[in-house]
Amino acid sequence: MTYLADVAALTRKDLRVELRAQDTLPAMLLFVLSTLVVFHFALPEGTGDDAAYGLLWVAIVFTALLGLARAWVPEQEHAVFDGLVLAPCDRSAIWVGKTLATLAFLLAAQVVALPAFALFFAPLDAAALAGVLLADIGICAVGSLLAAMAAAGRARELLLPLLVLPLSIPLIVGGVGAAISPEPVRYLLLLALYDGIFAVLSWASFEYVVTES
Amino acid sequence: MTGALSWIRGLPGLAALAAGLMGLALLFSFFIAPEDADQGISQRIFYIHVPIALTAYFCFGLGAWKALLLLWRGDERYDLESYVAIHQGTIFGSLTLITGAIWAKASWGVWWTWDSNQLVLFLTLFLFYCAYFMLRFSLPEGPRRARSSAVYALFGVALIPVSFLAIRLAEDFIHPTTFTRDGPQMTGTMFTAFCVSWAAVTLLAYVLYRVELAGKRLHTDLRELREVLE
Amino acid sequence: MISVRNLEKRYGRSRVLAGIDFELPRDGFLLVTGANGSGKTTLLRVLTGLVAPTRGTVEVEVDRGRLGFLAHEPLVYRELTALENLDLFGRLYRVPERRERIGMLLERFGLWEARSVRVAAYSRGMGQRLALCRALLHDPELLVLDEPYASLDEQGGALLDRELEELAGTRTLVVSTHDPARVERLATQRLALA
Repeated sequence: MTYLADVAALTRKDLRVELRAQDTLPAMLLFVLSTLVVFHFALPEGTGDDAAYGLLWVAIVFTALLGLARAWVPEQEHAVFDGLVLAPCDRSAIWVGKTLATLAFLLAAQVVALPAFALFFAPLDAAALAGVLLADIGICAVGSLLAAMAAAGRARELLLPLLVLPLSIPLIVGGVGAAISPEPVRYLLLLALYDGIFAVLSWASFEYVVTES
Repeated sequence: MTGALSWIRGLPGLAALAAGLMGLALLFSFFIAPEDADQGISQRIFYIHVPIALTAYFCFGLGAWKALLLLWRGDERYDLESYVAIHQGTIFGSLTLITGAIWAKASWGVWWTWDSNQLVLFLTLFLFYCAYFMLRFSLPEGPRRARSSAVYALFGVALIPVSFLAIRLAEDFIHPTTFTRDGPQMTGTMFTAFCVSWAAVTLLAYVLYRVELAGKRLHTDLRELREVLE
Repeated sequence: MISVRNLEKRYGRSRVLAGIDFELPRDGFLLVTGANGSGKTTLLRVLTGLVAPTRGTVEVEVDRGRLGFLAHEPLVYRELTALENLDLFGRLYRVPERRERIGMLLERFGLWEARSVRVAAYSRGMGQRLALCRALLHDPELLVLDEPYASLDEQGGALLDRELEELAGTRTLVVSTHDPARVERLATQRLALA
């Protein structure tokens, strides 16, 4: 299927660009680790694990925002975006490629951050990790689209967090719930529902956001 | 620009009707409906608060519908209609938060409670739609802005059920549920008061929507006229 | 091939294009001239479909896959090499015999030696040549070139002259330029923007 081939080519391109430029992933990694250290000092003595899980999710969302803010930067240099939009491939493939690449970076940062969290704060079981994965998908899906919207205007660095944060509230509920609740399945289902709805919406509406006619 | 003022036709009549109906609603709410045995006079705000909340949802829904029409049919007139609907929705949304806070204060002595699903959901939506305006004001006028706003408006409507579910789930671990607020069991008169109120607030919202839309259309047409003459 | 009627484009309060009317038949060569800020770039972007007109109709009888566009910017990724860029666009445009075509174009525009160098290291002239390769990669029926001679040195300019001579008459072309003298004899139509 040419659609999948297009997505593969686009994702590969994003990974390659990041491998060469190396500005997004190191920043995300450093940010999430620094945040965890800050949390150690921010949490008062004797706070339960639950508070730590809450803060973990704050760290995840803001790390994702960092990655998303840079998501479309390679396309903005030399106005490559126009080149992609003019290509005969389905525009939604551009979104899929970008979402997969951003997801890859977020997961890469978390591969380091999550063990660090488990070491410094509280253990993470399978449900918590499943929650992280599902929420990552949701935030990258929605975030790629919103970042493309924001990129067309001014004050895009300010705008992106404003657009993403309200939409990430259900994700945080799901993620924290999966980590601390004795019945994590409900929360994982919530995350799956979110991903289903918003990934489809983002996929379908990307074309409209990046074209004028 | 034939029929330019056609959208104003009938508006004064509608406005008068809305005003009249609102007066009637207030009459019902504060004088005619019986006082609630448990909560007393503060319960009366229910007749205002719930219709306002429902109307806010309705406005957001209308905004999303117009947004869908914009994306589907490509007619830019829907952009303004969607924007005005969401604007009204935000206004009624903030009124929901305010009346909700008043009710909370009157009933439980606190201005805000995280235990109220309704309020938390509204806060989330309120933040979401505030960001709508930030998005709109950061983009230059044109098809991009119209389309991005429309897509965002649709996301808002999708967010409502998902957020509601999330907040329901979140009850379990964020706060123990100490306050419950079931809808009051409504007697005949209470139900009538509620319906009158709901009809009044909905009509009021519709009139405000039409008025704001008319004002903005007039402004746009005037600007276009000025440009043609340049 | 292209039919434009009463085209108008506004950005907010400023009117960039007004009352544009023209028809360009297949294999025609339209030369668009005008001072800076006269709307040449906007007009070309409207023709490609990147920008929607405020008023008027634009009919372009060619779909995206058969349209080649050269913009002010090179439309290539800084961090990728010329080969990687063209390979990506070659895939997206479903170019048959991709590798051969890429090799042929790079040779033609004198970029073969620099094919594995990242675009970030290219000079403006080389970037412009790569952008031309990108525009021509899929052998488009309609070519829209926005000031193609900008940033090209003498050698690059000569390569482009040769290319345009070959294309004129067998492809439809819309070229905007500051320096009409260079391509005037190839043009079948002119449009001067105020």
